[in-house]
Amino acid sequence: MTPDDLEQIAEEERARQAQCKHTVRVCVAAGCVSCQSEGVKAALDKEVAARGKQGECQVKGVGCMGLCAEGPLVITGEKKMYQHVTDADAGAILDSLEGSEVDRLRCPTDVPFFQKQKKIVLENSGNIDPERIKDYIAAGGYTALMKALGEMTPTQVITEVTRGGLRGRGGAGYPTGLKWSTVSKAAGEKKYVICNADEGDPGAFMDRSVLESDPHRVLEGMLIGAYAVGASEGFIYVRAEYPLAIKRLKIAIKQAEREGLLGSNICGSRLNFRIDLRLGAGAFVCGEETALIASVEGRRGIPRPRPPYPAMEGLHGEPTLINNVETFASIAPIIRNGGAWYAQIGTEKSKGTKVFALAGSVRNTGLVEVPMGTTLREMVFEIGGGLEQGRKFKAVQTGGPSGGCLPEQFLDMPVDYENLARAGSIMGSGGMIVMDDSSCMVDVARFFMDFCMGESCGKCIPCRVGTFHMHEILKRITAHAATTHDIAQLEELADLLRNTSLCGLGQSAPNPVLSTLRYFADEYQQHVERHQCSAGVCTNGHKDEKA
Amino acid sequence: MVEATMRRMGNQSSGLIETLHTVQETFGYLDLDALRYVAATLRVPLSRAYGVATFYHFFSLKPAGEHTCVVCIGTACYIKGANLLLDTLKQDLGVKPGQTTADAKVSVLGARCLGSCGLAPAVVYDREVAGKVTPQALRQRIGQWKSQ
Repeated sequence: MTPDDLEQIAEEERARQAQCKHTVRVCVAAGCVSCQSEGVKAALDKEVAARGKQGECQVKGVGCMGLCAEGPLVITGEKKMYQHVTDADAGAILDSLEGSEVDRLRCPTDVPFFQKQKKIVLENSGNIDPERIKDYIAAGGYTALMKALGEMTPTQVITEVTRGGLRGRGGAGYPTGLKWSTVSKAAGEKKYVICNADEGDPGAFMDRSVLESDPHRVLEGMLIGAYAVGASEGFIYVRAEYPLAIKRLKIAIKQAEREGLLGSNICGSRLNFRIDLRLGAGAFVCGEETALIASVEGRRGIPRPRPPYPAMEGLHGEPTLINNVETFASIAPIIRNGGAWYAQIGTEKSKGTKVFALAGSVRNTGLVEVPMGTTLREMVFEIGGGLEQGRKFKAVQTGGPSGGCLPEQFLDMPVDYENLARAGSIMGSGGMIVMDDSSCMVDVARFFMDFCMGESCGKCIPCRVGTFHMHEILKRITAHAATTHDIAQLEELADLLRNTSLCGLGQSAPNPVLSTLRYFADEYQQHVERHQCSAGVCTNGHKDEKA
Repeated sequence: MVEATMRRMGNQSSGLIETLHTVQETFGYLDLDALRYVAATLRVPLSRAYGVATFYHFFSLKPAGEHTCVVCIGTACYIKGANLLLDTLKQDLGVKPGQTTADAKVSVLGARCLGSCGLAPAVVYDREVAGKVTPQALRQRIGQWKSQ
C-alpha cells in the first residue's frame, strides 16, 4: 500500500457514503449494547429494508458517543441525537429523517456535556464503524503512519512526540517521548512493543471504549511506535473481561494485515511488524509493567524490582516499549498535526487532552474527553450535570484504588498530573467517581483496601501483610470497634507500605486511606469516638461477611 | 481447540495462559486432568500450571452452575448499592460470590469491574449485561432460573 492507494480507498469510501442521503448511527459500544442497542440497529435495518430505502439510507453501528447512562443512543444526520431508543422507535426515527425530530426521544446536544469536550483521542468514536477499516481510512486513518514511514526518520518521529509533551496515560505520567527514545537507543537483537490494555481500575472504562470504538487508531499508534523504536513484534495485553473489545481488535488486526498495514515491508518500507493479542486473566497487578511482561510470557503476574527497566530488558529480556491504550491512541494526531499543535492544548506540564470515565452519583455518567487543566467543578457540575436529585457533593475519587478522594475545597483545582499528586491523589488511568453524602468515606477506604488486599500478588511482605492489617483496622473502624490507637497505627502502616513496597500497587495502596484521613478526619473520629456513621452506611458492622 | 491453541503458540511455555483460556472456554473450568495435559504438552512443571491457574481470578478450578450471575463490585457499582444485590443473593440462594448453589443451578461471582460504570450497578446474567439492577429485578431473574 502506498499513500496514493490509501487516498484512493479513502475517496472511494467517502463517495460511497456520500451516495446515501441519510446516515443513522447507532452506538454499539459495550454501554449501549448492554441496553440492547444491537436490537435497535437490527430493527432500523429491517425498517429501512421494509421501506425499500437501502440505497439512500444507511444504518451504521458506531463506537461510544459518551453519554452511556442514557443509552441506547442514536444519531441521525449530523446533530440530532436520540436517547433511550427501543426497537419500537425505529419507524419514528426513520420518519424523522424527512420530517421533524422525535421530541420524546430527543437528547439535547447543546449542553456542556457535549460542548465542553475536546475530542482528540475520541474524535472518531461515535462516527465511524469500528469493524470497517475503510471507514477509519476515510476519516483520515493511517495517514499519520504514511507520513512517518515516508517523510520522517525514526528520530524525527520521537522528536515530534517529545515536542508534543505527551505523557503516559496509564497513570504515572512518564514522558512518552523519553520512553521511546530510551527504547530506540537500547541495544537488543529484537525489540517489542506492548500495548497495556489491562484496565483493572474499578470505575475506569476509557481504554475499553477506545478499543471498542476505534481499534485501528491503537494499531496505528503501535505501528508508529514500532517504527520509531525499531521493534518487530507487538502485543496487546487486553482484559479477558472485555469480550467485545477483543472481538473488534481481532477484526481490526485481520483487516490491517489484509491491507498490508501489518506484516513484512509495510507500505514498501523496511518496517516489519506483527501484532498479536494476549488475554489478561483478572489480575490488577498486571497493569504494572514488569508484572504484565511476566503475564505475556505465560507466567504468574508478579512484578520484579526495577531497574533494569523494560525499556532496557523487558519481554524475553529484550528492550520493550510499553504504553497504555490512550497513549497509543494519541500518537496519530500528534504525527498528523505536529507536536507543536498538541503542546498548545492543556497546561504547562500536562499537555493535550485526557479521557475520563465519569461515574458514580452524577447525572451524566459516561465517557468524556477534556483538555488538561479543566477544573473538577467543570467536570462534575457542568459536564457531569451536577449530582443526582437531592444529593449533596461530598468527594470525587480519581485514580481508582491507587488514588485518593478529594473534597469540595479542590473543586476549582485544574486537573493535571502535578495538581492531583499535590492534593494526595493521582491522575491514574482516568476513572472519576463522584460521591455524595450517602457514601461513608471510611467505608470507601475500606472498600479500596479490600481490593488492594485481594489483588496483592504476595511477593513482597509490606504489601502482602500490610494491606491485610490496614484492612483489619478499617474493618474494626467501620464496625465501630476501634480505638484512637488504631488510627495512629493505620497511619504508621500507610507510611510503611508507601516507602517499602516493591511495586506501584503496594506503594499507592495507602492513598485512599491517607487522603480520607486528611480530608475526612471527622468521619473517622465520629466512627471511633461516637460510634456513629453520618452516612448511615456502617450501621450493622461486619460488612465483609456480605462482600 | 486446545491443541490448536498450543500449536498456534508454538507449544512454548509462554502460551500457558492462552491455552488455559481455551480450556476454560471449551470445558467451562480447569480440571486437574486438563492442567496435567497442558503442562505436559507445553513442558512446564504441573506446579507452574497450577500456580498460574490459581493466581488469576478469571480461571476457575470448579465447574460452574447451569447459570452464572456475575455481580460487579467495582467502585461505581459499590457506591450505587452492589452490596444490596449480594445481600439479596445470599438471602435467596444462600451463596456468596465464588460459590454455586447446592442444586448446581446458579453460580454467583463477583467482578472487580465490568467497565459498565455508566450503568451501575451492573450484573451479568449468563453472558448478558444488565444495567441499573435493583434487588427486585435480580430476585425476579433468579426466580426464573430456579423454576426452570
